[in-house]
Amino acid sequence: MQTPILSMRGITKTFPGVKALQDVNLDVNRGEVHAICGENGAGKSTLMKVLSGVYPHSSFEGEILFEGEPCHFSNITDSEKRGIVIIHQELALSPYLSIAENIYLGNEQASRGWVDWQKTNLEASKLLARVGLSENPATPIQHITVGKQQLVEIAKALSKQVKLLILDEPTAALNDEDSGHLLDLILHLKGQGVTSIIISHKLNEIRRVADAVTIIRDGKTIETLRLEHGISQERIIRGMVGRDLESLYPDRDPQIGEEVLRIEDWSVQHPQDSTRMVVQNATITVRKGEVVGLAGLMGAGRTELAMSVFGRTYGHATSGRVLKNGREINTTTVPHAIENGLAYATEDRKHYGLNLIEDIQRNVSMAGLRKLVKRGWVDRNQETLVAEGYRKSMNIKAPSVAAVVGKLSGGNQQKVVLSKWMFSDPEVLILDEPTRGIDVGAKYEIYSIIATLAAQGKAIIVISSELPELLGICDRIYTLAAGRVTGEVPIEQATQETLMHYMTQEKE
Amino acid sequence: MSALRESLGFLANRLRQVGIFVALILIVLLLQGLTDGILLQPQNVTNLVVQNSYILILAIGMVMVIIAGHIDLSVGSIAGFIGAVAGVMIVHWGWSWWVAIPACLLVGALVGAWQGYWIAYVGIPAFIVTLAGMLIFRGLTLITLKNQQITPFPDELRALGGGFLPDISGGTSVLEWLTVILGVGATAAFLVQEVRQRRIRLKFNLENEPPAWFFTKIGFSALLMLVMTFLLASYRGTPIVLVVLAVLVVGYSAVMANSVFGRHIYALGGNLHAAELSGVKTRGVTFRLFVNMGVLSALAGLIFTARLNSAQPAGGTGFELDAIAAAFIGGAAVQGGIGTVAGAMIGGLIMGVLNNGMSILGLGTDYQQLIKGMVLLLAVAFDIFNKNRSGAGGVGKWFTFRRRTSPSADSRPVAEEKEPVAAAK
Repeated sequence: MQTPILSMRGITKTFPGVKALQDVNLDVNRGEVHAICGENGAGKSTLMKVLSGVYPHSSFEGEILFEGEPCHFSNITDSEKRGIVIIHQELALSPYLSIAENIYLGNEQASRGWVDWQKTNLEASKLLARVGLSENPATPIQHITVGKQQLVEIAKALSKQVKLLILDEPTAALNDEDSGHLLDLILHLKGQGVTSIIISHKLNEIRRVADAVTIIRDGKTIETLRLEHGISQERIIRGMVGRDLESLYPDRDPQIGEEVLRIEDWSVQHPQDSTRMVVQNATITVRKGEVVGLAGLMGAGRTELAMSVFGRTYGHATSGRVLKNGREINTTTVPHAIENGLAYATEDRKHYGLNLIEDIQRNVSMAGLRKLVKRGWVDRNQETLVAEGYRKSMNIKAPSVAAVVGKLSGGNQQKVVLSKWMFSDPEVLILDEPTRGIDVGAKYEIYSIIATLAAQGKAIIVISSELPELLGICDRIYTLAAGRVTGEVPIEQATQETLMHYMTQEKE
Repeated sequence: MSALRESLGFLANRLRQVGIFVALILIVLLLQGLTDGILLQPQNVTNLVVQNSYILILAIGMVMVIIAGHIDLSVGSIAGFIGAVAGVMIVHWGWSWWVAIPACLLVGALVGAWQGYWIAYVGIPAFIVTLAGMLIFRGLTLITLKNQQITPFPDELRALGGGFLPDISGGTSVLEWLTVILGVGATAAFLVQEVRQRRIRLKFNLENEPPAWFFTKIGFSALLMLVMTFLLASYRGTPIVLVVLAVLVVGYSAVMANSVFGRHIYALGGNLHAAELSGVKTRGVTFRLFVNMGVLSALAGLIFTARLNSAQPAGGTGFELDAIAAAFIGGAAVQGGIGTVAGAMIGGLIMGVLNNGMSILGLGTDYQQLIKGMVLLLAVAFDIFNKNRSGAGGVGKWFTFRRRTSPSADSRPVAEEKEPVAAAK
């Protein structure tokens, strides 16, 4: 069991001005599940790109031994030929093609230039059976859930006779059930002799599947922990951030005041399907200085509730009232919602939160641009000063506020999103999955920012799929199930078990 | 030592961004040599300005449309249509120019509103709406003109196309003094403004470009302005269209960089959803954008008609392609979100200088088209190559007009940022 299938020695990869990887070593044993941990920007993805040939052999120093032989990949095709397949976080599937077509995309089952559909579908269904997916291979990808799409990606990898499977944050977009299934599959494949490397932020998952963990920080290997010598969560966190986190959540002394926002009897129809109610008669309140959590499983209607309140950006035939400080307010458009002191930081910051090709200052000023207008023109010096202020106070790691946002790490991008909404000076902030795709160290910073905002008297609603996170930062938690509010739990009484109880309780 | 290295690195970085500007200068020098100095003769420089003015005006509107992530294929037909409308108003109905010009611009605005409605509020892609518009307004041009040209136009309108500012020295001097005054004045205003902005940025302790670069840049720009002034002054002075164009370029550059409307256009093209969720009234911005394009198309149509002294059924044909080419050569991104008015002007001038120079050389339209096509392709290829290497903005980025700050704030920190910034930590 202890023969290394992969051995990366002294990998150094330099980009002009930056040493992204410095003398990194990685040994992966045959048939194990090897986790790689590290903060965003630590160099995990770069290392995997080096391994899979995205960066050609000539562009880095060091050597790669796969099954004992040195590798000189100049592109991904080379590495796939040897049985190394990488599945990226953003799935590379074509939504309009069928499952089978996607599996064999670029590797079509053809004879003399013509696709053999019978063979394609037959082989595809065999692969689907191996990954435990019972779908017709002719189903278009867009008609299956993200969790199932992830399994299709793995089936695609299996079709390439994979020996080493690399998964980059495979569960980031999945719910608990799908994540569990995926992790089981990884263990199942391990039984069939497939070695896996899994990049993940979720420490509980790592503990569940990994035989070994390699921690990378600032482009260097910190250490490799093996199961037989014990893998502890504390040790991983310490390795990743380079310091002990006394607590995962900052201490707060909540000063809760009057009720600020009341969403009353709120109902939302599905935008396409008028027979489906996505949110039904929901009533929630939040008070000054309070952090309120919205817990719920996938499809419970949390994001839909928030977005329909924030300028009707989701749904159809929305009904109900929004009251601020006891008076009904107009939130039918985003400008009205912002004017009335609401802010909504989306769960999908790349698609809905940021202009990735613009710099930090322009992103920060976007929602509050009118505050910078003097005599009809935007005061750009003031804009720079404002952005610079947030860069310092939020600890956004960037050389200057003229840095393009698309190049920042997830945590820093999230800080830019938060800066944008803080600059719009809202009374109520709705934060949707504020720490999704962010590493542990940056998460703590985001929690601290939330705590500071609450201490300043803002009313905050946090939507999160991670129950420990809600338990760590909220004062009160609502649970949603199938569009209804099924519970309201003060933090003193809240445990993961009670919340889960309400979250799975679908009323008739 | 390290300061020197820093500023050299800065220079290398900037030089790439000003690549298209350097390309324009190289093309001018090359054609100047090939044409035995005819290209830069005062009379030809004047011609160059007048000939290209309407394409440059269209390019202003077009780059804005492209930055917002749209396209407009109808501007040539609209320009032709407005020419026809002007012919009917002025020649057939006998309206005076000062009634007809605003009326024509208003018709342009209505045409723009028509297209903007379908694009912004109905949600039909601009490509389709303006492709339809290209046919619709060409048809309306033919209907309005009853398939015949309308001519002649009164002198007041013709001055818009080929007129010059009055010669205050009464034609006795070698140099035309009003032009000298305007040119030197504009150069001085430019220098004062640049230095003042730099001071403000120093005072607020904001990022600034290295002094060597700054002074080279403004010195060179000022020199070019003075050379241009001299060339125009030694022929017939300042063409009226140049004044119109200068006002538009300065005004629209300021709008794009420093107005809420302009910033919303960039936001729209950069990420439509994010803009919407940040409270940008995306439909309203798109609508206004096309109204604006309609007005500029009308202005271009008026100038073109005035220059030809005739409203023609085929007037304006193909203008849209020149305007689109100018915007893309000038560094606008196909996906939107990136581009500048100044860049589009340089792109338009490259096309204009090539046209003019090759005509002087006696090259036929066959080779002219071939060469212009290659230039467009290579310019955009160069841009994409740069972007792939650095992920930075387009080449036109450096030319951003700035009302209160120096260009450095806008410069993308390219060289030091090949990877996520956190990796540098």
